Amino acid sequence: MRYAMAVDTKKCVGCSDCVVACQTENNVPIGFCRDWVVEVTDGTYPQLEIEIRSERCNHCENSPCVRCCPTGASHYAEGGVVLVTPNKCIGCGACIASCPYDARYPHPDGYVDKCTFCLHNRVEKGLDPACVSVCPTKCMYFGDLDDPNSPVSKVLKTRKFKTLIPEAGTNPQLYFLI
Amino acid sequence: MREELIVSGRMNHLIDPQLNIWHWQIPLYLFLGGLAAGILFFAALFTILGKEKEYPTAVRIAPFLVPFLLILGLLALFIDLNHKLYFWRLYTIIRLQSPMGWGAWTLMIITPLSFVWCALNIKTIFPNWNWKYNWLIDLEAFLRKHVIVISWIILIYSLILGVYTGILFSAFNARPLWNTSILGPLFLTSGLSTAAAVVIMMSKNIHERHKFARIDLMLIGIELFLIVHMFMGFLASAQVQIDAASLFLGGPYTTPFWLFVVTLGLAFPALLEFLEIKGFKMPVFIAPALVLMGGLIFRFVIAYAGQASRWLY
Repeated sequence: MRYAMAVDTKKCVGCSDCVVACQTENNVPIGFCRDWVVEVTDGTYPQLEIEIRSERCNHCENSPCVRCCPTGASHYAEGGVVLVTPNKCIGCGACIASCPYDARYPHPDGYVDKCTFCLHNRVEKGLDPACVSVCPTKCMYFGDLDDPNSPVSKVLKTRKFKTLIPEAGTNPQLYFLI
Repeated sequence: MREELIVSGRMNHLIDPQLNIWHWQIPLYLFLGGLAAGILFFAALFTILGKEKEYPTAVRIAPFLVPFLLILGLLALFIDLNHKLYFWRLYTIIRLQSPMGWGAWTLMIITPLSFVWCALNIKTIFPNWNWKYNWLIDLEAFLRKHVIVISWIILIYSLILGVYTGILFSAFNARPLWNTSILGPLFLTSGLSTAAAVVIMMSKNIHERHKFARIDLMLIGIELFLIVHMFMGFLASAQVQIDAASLFLGGPYTTPFWLFVVTLGLAFPALLEFLEIKGFKMPVFIAPALVLMGGLIFRFVIAYAGQASRWLY
């Protein structure tokens, strides 16, 4: 099993519903976010292109955060989802410094927090992650890459996609449809 | 002109707009750890070489600083932790892939060894020291009999500790400035150099001072060589590494690095030490004090500049 997510940059309008849904679902402390929207404007005026991406932890297959964690608090859970066990985390910040995507943050309670793909609270119950399920443009696809019939497998078969900073060697599992 | 404008809705505290997760505690600890490693290295080395009498400060006196340096460093590390009550989790697992993990274990081994070393030399500081209990006297005799074995263990672990202070940074490929394997040997050399400076400061024996001035000169030479190679590596590498190097080549860290670390912390004390060896009368404190200051600022600059360097996407 290999959980992954694909975000359609052609459909995303940057409404931030995914951000608010995540904050509500996961009780994210005020002022922080586990997912966020990035808008990239590129080109020479007046030929400008805009790409909007809903970003979060890339749940990398070769995660630098899991590698550098001194206590094993950062670990691979079911389906390759990268999780942090709060009562094993010492809050040293090594994983935060190791993440090329800056997807982690120090929770005010001391431990390090990040996107969980809503593994325990939703995915294990057969639901989509909160961000995917609220998206008004249905621009996000989630599922198991080992299952050819999962929404994410299907969309990656038919569309061109990219990952962020593939040259960092982390093998990210968050895909952007382009 | 083609331009790319990135607007992110994320503003997580200590992460955005620029990573700022490690503050003064980490560079201070790296300085103290490197210094402690260097002092123990020289003490163990000259014991193995049978030169305790020739270099009494390095072997018997300077190591008394080490437990204080390590405890201070550990305290800084502890203050840095955000989830302090769980610090013991470091010692419930051995994770060789994590530099911080094996660094914690190295400290667990070398800190008690530094106390053992002090106990073996306590009569140098307190000539009338009495262990009071027979079992302590027996233990001291046993350890003294195996002092060469202990020296070898300390020698190896001091090198691991010294290299670790650099590898802690170099293991992060997310921060292009840190992600160079030269940082390990560079921090080790810098730690040894600051330790030599401490011996020069504490020693009253001119022969020992000159010996350590020569050692320090060599170490400063190696450091300058490694720094030049670090920049050669960056500039011949990918764009993110070129951007990282530019933090020091015209960027915000240019002055602190080239003035306070390279000129005042390495080149100038090297000149003073050279003149002292040549027989010029030099104030004893200036060169080693500059080396120590340079070593401390070096770690601060690398710690902060590293957090300013990143991949762009």
